[in-house]
Amino acid sequence: MKYVDEFRDPKQAKKILLEIDKLCTEIVLPEDRPIQIMEVCGGHTHSIFRYGLNQLLPKKLEFVHGPGCPVCVLPRSVVDNCIRIAENEDVIFTTFGDAMRVPGSEKSLLDLKADGRDIRMVYSPLDAMTIAQNNPDKRVVFFGLGFETTMPSTALSIMQAKKLGVDNFYLFCNHITIIPTIKAVLDSPGMRIDGFLGPGHVSLIIGTKPYHFIADEYQKPLVAAGFEPLDILQSVWMILKQLKNGEAKVENQYKRLVNDNGNASALSPIAEVFELREFFEWRGLGSINHSGVKINDKYRQYDAEAVFKLKEVTVTDPDVCQCGEVLKGVLKPWQCKVFGKECTPEIPLGALMVSTEGACSAHYSYGQNIDLINQKL
Amino acid sequence: MCLGVPAQIKEIVDMDNQMAMVDLSGVSRAVNIACVLSDTNSAETLIGQWVLVHVGFALSVVDEEEAYKTLKILDEIGELYATMEDLKQGEK
Repeated sequence: MKYVDEFRDPKQAKKILLEIDKLCTEIVLPEDRPIQIMEVCGGHTHSIFRYGLNQLLPKKLEFVHGPGCPVCVLPRSVVDNCIRIAENEDVIFTTFGDAMRVPGSEKSLLDLKADGRDIRMVYSPLDAMTIAQNNPDKRVVFFGLGFETTMPSTALSIMQAKKLGVDNFYLFCNHITIIPTIKAVLDSPGMRIDGFLGPGHVSLIIGTKPYHFIADEYQKPLVAAGFEPLDILQSVWMILKQLKNGEAKVENQYKRLVNDNGNASALSPIAEVFELREFFEWRGLGSINHSGVKINDKYRQYDAEAVFKLKEVTVTDPDVCQCGEVLKGVLKPWQCKVFGKECTPEIPLGALMVSTEGACSAHYSYGQNIDLINQKL
Repeated sequence: MCLGVPAQIKEIVDMDNQMAMVDLSGVSRAVNIACVLSDTNSAETLIGQWVLVHVGFALSVVDEEEAYKTLKILDEIGELYATMEDLKQGEK
């Protein structure tokens, strides 16, 4: 596939890995601790495990999996609210596939579907709007979640509903914003991140300028990175070069899709439909100010929160789960008490095991591939 | 959820609703192009271009020149390594 295969060449990967090895030996950290790079985005986590990059990189370099998997940071009570909406007889509840198996307090959306409720997986929020057009006697709710990457699509679908006069379409908006989230990570006690792999697809919406505070105020390098193996390796190499030279800059490895100012045509529908929330509750990070968006007054009629009676969101995880510690990089996935035992991708207890972008699920599914990858290189 | 796929825009099918057909690894699919229309990119100029498709929306046009530059840098990282190896060989 064009723009994919070129960035998966094992020969090139081998060469960069040698350069990375060399750089790692030249970077000396206090107490001989490892170099820690946080990949903020779940898409990167998925790629790192899928291609076994964590196994190919020197032991001295560690990835810390960040909070950038929208499914993984959802509090259970948000899923409970989805279920509360979907239990209405006249509702067709639509969602991306990732959210189907996230456990609520008592059940997941998949459990509710098995009970006979009309819950449908959609590829796009526009498909959900089409379902509303085709079912005028039903209320169709789309569960909108994700960072800035998915916001324009949701916003444009709401604008399209307004344009076409579709008034039985609603959005349960749980979109979150990347900058306050990274800031919360940086301000977490005990955080020792040396550099950031910036989320490539969020960056193509918002650009790279919003990240400058990370370099200026926290003196950490950030490289906006693509998702193919060579993209990630090249970005790691760029971060290491900065660390070696004692620099902290924002750089862009993903220039084929990302420019500094972002995409104005994608930012404009976001500004048209959404406004910032005072705060948003995160699993593993608690409440973060201005880290989420909600539908503004102009589009209030499409807001599921205004139409359905929902409960206040509280963050409670099963006591045995340690998703929070894993999200903050304090624990590795396999160090969680229930990893691979009571909690597996088939029967997830915690959200990090649900989505293929979750650190635990990625580790569980791809952590064993090392021999295969070594043969390939 | 964050992963997108490069696809090529083949034809504009509904300008009113900003929909185009793309070729996605041999599969045809209708996608919304509102996010890639701009002063520099009209619907006509988009035909034949590569875009990143995510949840049914084209989010960004692939800049061919930048893609080429990135691949060239990747080549050069390799070349630098090969040169270093040659130097080492020469020292022996």
